[in-house]
Amino acid sequence: MADLRCNFVGIHSPNPFWLASAPPTDKAYNVNRAFEAGWGGVVWKTLGEDPPIVNVSGPRYGALLGTARNLVGFNNIELITDRMLDDNLREIRQVKRDWPDRALAVSLMVPCEEQAWKRILPMVEDTGADGIELNFGCPHGMSERGMGSAVGQVPEYVEMVTRWCKEHTHLPVIVKLTPNVTNILQPARAALRGGADAVSLVNTISSIMGVDLDLMSPSPSVDGKGAHGGYCGPAIKPIALRMVGEIARDRESAGMSISGIGGISTWRDAAEFMALGAHNVQVCTAAMVYGFKVVEDMIDGLNNWMDEKGHRTLSAFVGKAVPNFVDWEHLNLNYTVKAHIDQDLCIKCGRCYIACEDTSHQSIRNEKDGQRHFEVIDEECVGCNLCVNVCPVENCITLKELAIGSIDPRTGRAVQGYGSWSTHPNNPTPQAEKGKPVAGLLK
Amino acid sequence: MSDRDSKSDIRSGRLTAEAYARNFADAHPPLAPNQALIESDRCYFCHDAPCIQACPTQIDIPSFIRKIATGNVKGAAHDILKQNIMGAVCARVCPTEVLCEGACVRNDQEHKPVAIGALQRHATDWLFDRRIQLFERGPETGRRIAVVGGGPAGLSCAHRLSMLGHSVTVFEARDKLGGLNEYGVAAYKVTGLIAQREVEYLLEIGGIENRLRQRLGRDIVLSRLRQDYDAVFLGIGLGGVNALGVDEPPAGVFDAIAYIEKLRQSRDLSQMPVGHGVVVIGGGMTAIDIASQVKRLGAEDVTIVYRRGPQSMGASHKEQAWAQTSGVRIKHWARPLRLLARDGVLTAVEFEQTRLDSQGRLAGGGDKFIVAADMVFKAIGQMLIKDALDGNADVLEMKSGRIAVDAERRTSIPGVWAGGDCVAGGQDLTVVAVEDGKRAALSIDRHLRAVSKTEARHG
Repeated sequence: MADLRCNFVGIHSPNPFWLASAPPTDKAYNVNRAFEAGWGGVVWKTLGEDPPIVNVSGPRYGALLGTARNLVGFNNIELITDRMLDDNLREIRQVKRDWPDRALAVSLMVPCEEQAWKRILPMVEDTGADGIELNFGCPHGMSERGMGSAVGQVPEYVEMVTRWCKEHTHLPVIVKLTPNVTNILQPARAALRGGADAVSLVNTISSIMGVDLDLMSPSPSVDGKGAHGGYCGPAIKPIALRMVGEIARDRESAGMSISGIGGISTWRDAAEFMALGAHNVQVCTAAMVYGFKVVEDMIDGLNNWMDEKGHRTLSAFVGKAVPNFVDWEHLNLNYTVKAHIDQDLCIKCGRCYIACEDTSHQSIRNEKDGQRHFEVIDEECVGCNLCVNVCPVENCITLKELAIGSIDPRTGRAVQGYGSWSTHPNNPTPQAEKGKPVAGLLK
Repeated sequence: MSDRDSKSDIRSGRLTAEAYARNFADAHPPLAPNQALIESDRCYFCHDAPCIQACPTQIDIPSFIRKIATGNVKGAAHDILKQNIMGAVCARVCPTEVLCEGACVRNDQEHKPVAIGALQRHATDWLFDRRIQLFERGPETGRRIAVVGGGPAGLSCAHRLSMLGHSVTVFEARDKLGGLNEYGVAAYKVTGLIAQREVEYLLEIGGIENRLRQRLGRDIVLSRLRQDYDAVFLGIGLGGVNALGVDEPPAGVFDAIAYIEKLRQSRDLSQMPVGHGVVVIGGGMTAIDIASQVKRLGAEDVTIVYRRGPQSMGASHKEQAWAQTSGVRIKHWARPLRLLARDGVLTAVEFEQTRLDSQGRLAGGGDKFIVAADMVFKAIGQMLIKDALDGNADVLEMKSGRIAVDAERRTSIPGVWAGGDCVAGGQDLTVVAVEDGKRAALSIDRHLRAVSKTEARHG
């Protein structure tokens, strides 16, 4: 059994799976159920100043569904907690007392004035909560009032508010970042400058889920009108992974604690985020779709995978993929692969053929001896991976690497060792490689 | 309530009303909308899809399934019906396990093809429920075509001809159009008057005149039709039933086709008499249909006896399994020797076991056995009644006892096309008949337009 215990900026939890600040963590009832189900921690749904905000009574959620109604993406127009501050604080205090071994951080969002933060921070600290998370991410409803992502999008505000919080509380400060920026490193570095103990990302992405073509209204439609909301769920995982990876490999912010968020639905998703630099993960959509029980497999699956790989603790694999996240110019242009179709697994659907024929390199033949038969033409194949991606049978099409020195039938030339664009003769501004490929979005 | 025979036990009203209703309900109920969506998502949208190749009417199956998935059910129905105007009944009666679904690549992956038949039914039912007409008659050509036989072949031909602007007269020997869809297919496959709804839908296009109770050779003759019309299409099916080759006593031996026809037209199944023990001789779809339906009418013991093994049966494996699920016993490798009777009434059938001899020919001479029966059904195939085609100067070339046609469904007589079960080389399937009619119509159209051009040049 691997050790899943997690120490995130001094906050301890039995496993790295926290519930993100969201509807599932709005009140004691839900959080108690989550802890009963095995969640390692929660970030309590964002508290604000009284009087509380008001939510719509129409639809708050929208979904991007597959044909068989499998949920691919999800969005919401719900705001921060709509309950009185005292009610939340009282419940937080009780829950923390009842579950001392679980992590309980509290998400906060108050106006961008030092006094407002100075007022609320002691009240939260007094509950016995383990830490605070600054909601600089919410892209809808609150941002129009100068809070949420309106703060997160201005690095100077991020730094300023973070600094206030560090001054007015002893609790660890986690800064939750919005992905609705052109460069995630700017707010991340700002948080670091402000003294943040960690960043968590990503918050939701500004989105319109769809258009109701009968009402001619964006959906979800509230009385015939729709507002933009925050997009999350499995579909945003690639965006979130990239942003986490950018911060993890950035020379300035490298080493900062990161809580990974964004479409994490399985133990594998969590392991990927952690391999790319996250120290723990936060989950919301998967729980909202399936209930809290999903954490069982997250724990069990991660445990089994760690055992299989020989990782005894989380730190054994956290960040292990970061050095391999490089800029395109450092990719090995001499690495050569060819698609290969396993004829025993092939069901002859022809999807690889038509995808390649219509939209790629005409590298698959669809007939042999007058029979329906799909085979890669090595002389044409550039190894693009499209056929692998469209094939409905797992492992039927794989990419086979050509050994250095062997002849690539497409070019007729021998495969060379490492050589990237940085040093390529076609590059108008070639740069000498300095040792290993290095990271850095901002150079 | 029963017309029980004094000696045999052939009688009606064996079951309760609820049992009749249950036994003859839809054999394969329709997909609910959500089921259809889930099933449509299983289609891989194959390139040059094997299912299309396996469909005698070449329906673009991946396209229509994708349209169901996107909510464009009307488009899906159009994809189906433009290739096969009887797609609603075909969705129910096609042996999809040996056609489209048999070719589905999912068989190779998980032994479970996409439910193409059920999805086709979903799309066509959707259209019929909304009474949306997708087809319109083409610009009038002034040409008149006689279609003999109002079954799937004839109606398909008539519809396509009307789409092409020709005027059609359909001559049908019976009281209703529809052919075997109306008179032949097992009742639980075509519930809810779908066969008639489909005929009505097809006729809505206009330009098709119906002449019912007009039998070829009795009321109309081919030579006269050739004089009166620009072209003739024969879709007359198979009227005769092959003989058993044993002595046939008067009471207890029935023709399966005639019985099914009576059953299909019956408004009260409790009036259909069945025996206690029933023997069905044959191995095709008719054998399965009669055996399953007689069992469902309350017969106690129903046995299909077929002279060869299961692989040789005309009915697919799935159809055989369906009969067995209905409670029918299938006995392979045996053929009837004689019918046993007491006082002129059937009591049993004596069989001998068969085998293949060293040359691979069917041979009898095996052990004999007796199956008690008060009812025997012949389901050993039908033949073309040639009399209808004789009696006039025109002599049609025949092949294997059926009308010989070329790829365009032209017969040996100029101006005469034929299709459906009456032509040689078919598979006795509704879907093949529909394709025959369609191809013949396209050929007739090409022929008539070529003639028009020639006339225009010379006129």
